[in-house]
Amino acid sequence: MNTKLLMKGNEALAEAAIRCGCKSYFGYPITPQTEIAAYMAKRMPKAGGVYLQAESEISAINMVYGAAAAGIRSMTSSSSPGISLKTEGISYLIGADLPCVIVNVMRGGPGLGGIQPSQSDYWQATRAPGHGDGHLLVLAPAGIQEMVDLTYLAFDLADEYRMPVMILADGILGQMMEPVEFPQQEPKYVPKPWATNGHQKNREHNIVNSLCLNPAELEQSIQKRFLRYQQIAQTQVRYQAYDTEDAKIVVVAYGATARIALAAVRQARKQGIEAGLIRPITLWPFPKEVLLQLAKQVESFLCVEMSMGQMLEDVQLAVNGRCPIYFFGHTGGVVPTPDEIVREILQISGGKNDDL
Amino acid sequence: MIYNKPDALSDLSTHYCPGCTHGIIHKLIAAALDELDCEGRTIGIAPVGCAVMAYDYFNCDMIEAAHGRAPAVATGVKRNLPEHVVFTYQGDGDLAAIGLTETVHAAARGELITIIFVNNAIYGMTGGQMAPTSLPGQITQTTPFGRDVQHAGYPIHICEMLSTLDGAALVERVSMDSIPNIAKAQKAIKKAFTYQIQKKGFSIVEVLSSCPTNWGVTPVEALQWIRDKMMPYYPLGVFKDIGEKQNHETN
Repeated sequence: MNTKLLMKGNEALAEAAIRCGCKSYFGYPITPQTEIAAYMAKRMPKAGGVYLQAESEISAINMVYGAAAAGIRSMTSSSSPGISLKTEGISYLIGADLPCVIVNVMRGGPGLGGIQPSQSDYWQATRAPGHGDGHLLVLAPAGIQEMVDLTYLAFDLADEYRMPVMILADGILGQMMEPVEFPQQEPKYVPKPWATNGHQKNREHNIVNSLCLNPAELEQSIQKRFLRYQQIAQTQVRYQAYDTEDAKIVVVAYGATARIALAAVRQARKQGIEAGLIRPITLWPFPKEVLLQLAKQVESFLCVEMSMGQMLEDVQLAVNGRCPIYFFGHTGGVVPTPDEIVREILQISGGKNDDL
Repeated sequence: MIYNKPDALSDLSTHYCPGCTHGIIHKLIAAALDELDCEGRTIGIAPVGCAVMAYDYFNCDMIEAAHGRAPAVATGVKRNLPEHVVFTYQGDGDLAAIGLTETVHAAARGELITIIFVNNAIYGMTGGQMAPTSLPGQITQTTPFGRDVQHAGYPIHICEMLSTLDGAALVERVSMDSIPNIAKAQKAIKKAFTYQIQKKGFSIVEVLSSCPTNWGVTPVEALQWIRDKMMPYYPLGVFKDIGEKQNHETN
């Protein structure tokens, strides 16, 4: 069973969702995530689940809202402009404490932007996934195997914490092929006594709702939700550290950019620079603590993103002025190269290497 | 025969204004759920608008949707629980303005849901602004000189429009203006739920309803206003009924 399959990121993610109990997928075509919908259209009926192409991203997220309210593991996926349309629904999912998985295979923005890979929706995912106080749990895969593994995790965490979880990927991860294995792990189903799935006259009626006209009650419910967020921040932070033990400069990068940055860090090491890499896997909650600890040891950080510098602000908040933080990025669908990053590392480290 | 409150209706007093007919429409829905003995497997979707708190008034499971999105939410439930009964309760702003896309596509898909569409030609909850169904010349807060169709366009005839779609099994317009019409409405609502249970296709019942508060008239005048102003523009009747022979799956 545990054979390796060569799969495209989008398709691997869709297959992982089905294998970990996703019974309901609603989508709308948009590049570069459409393969998720196409794969679901083919596979979901055979897996005994629901696939439906909605009339818009807005409808798709609201169908997920309905399915999630009924207690069904459900998912939608889109890419940047489509996620903007989903933000209304995401806010309602947060407000109604509904678990689901939302995939964003990011492309260049703003507006219609482009269709090439980007990481310029970091702020949207971590700061303002919709109106009101609230968070998404945001997972950032950096390879196709992780597209699979984090999908399993996303569904489990969504159910455990009764909240929407976003998988924040990018066009590279969506389109790239790599060998993957599907874990033989059972989904962690939790009871959903709150689900609106018909009371059969065996219980009181359930109401799924985000409206609360009494300010004190609304405040209380939000505060309660934030206690859950606090617990998540304490227990669910995930990141990967490479060569940070003796590092003098630490690159911070996530997603596909982290793969490129790792190549750069290794190249810099070969040139005698003590470079390391921190790759956040959870973007919310952000791995603040490890950066704060490293700030005591390193001379500087270099944040690399496919954006104008969005995660950069989280790095700045974590490091809190303890050492300089540099930024290097491309945006609009331009992908940074390892050589460019090495050049930045060398420049920051005071080295001169004009050959690069 | 003893007149009882339907079991599917909760004991709470509604928040609706005096003379508003929302309460009667709620009762008709609850009565239909009772008669079809399906409260325990029914999920209702409340709108945004005056009926936003309808979730408190029905004893079946209820979901509160975002403005206009109730048909999409209902689709998400129904596709996963195909043997359950799913209905939405929506006003004219919710259904015919912000949620028109969701409505049309749910009908086009032949979604096996029932929509109860309450048309009172005005936005009630926000205090009386123009609705997509406000009549030509109708004075509202946002059409202070009367709805000028050259400027604000024409009202939308939802039933006429949806009856052109193949996925719709039952499209009917009824009114709350009089006892005989309320009796007809009760039959239409029960039929809509029956068609859903029989998997015939999408069903919608448009209910002409009153808003004395925002129309600026007394409750009795409001019922007359439905007859004088609304019914000529929005004729009552069955716009589509695929009847007993067919069902959605064999279309």
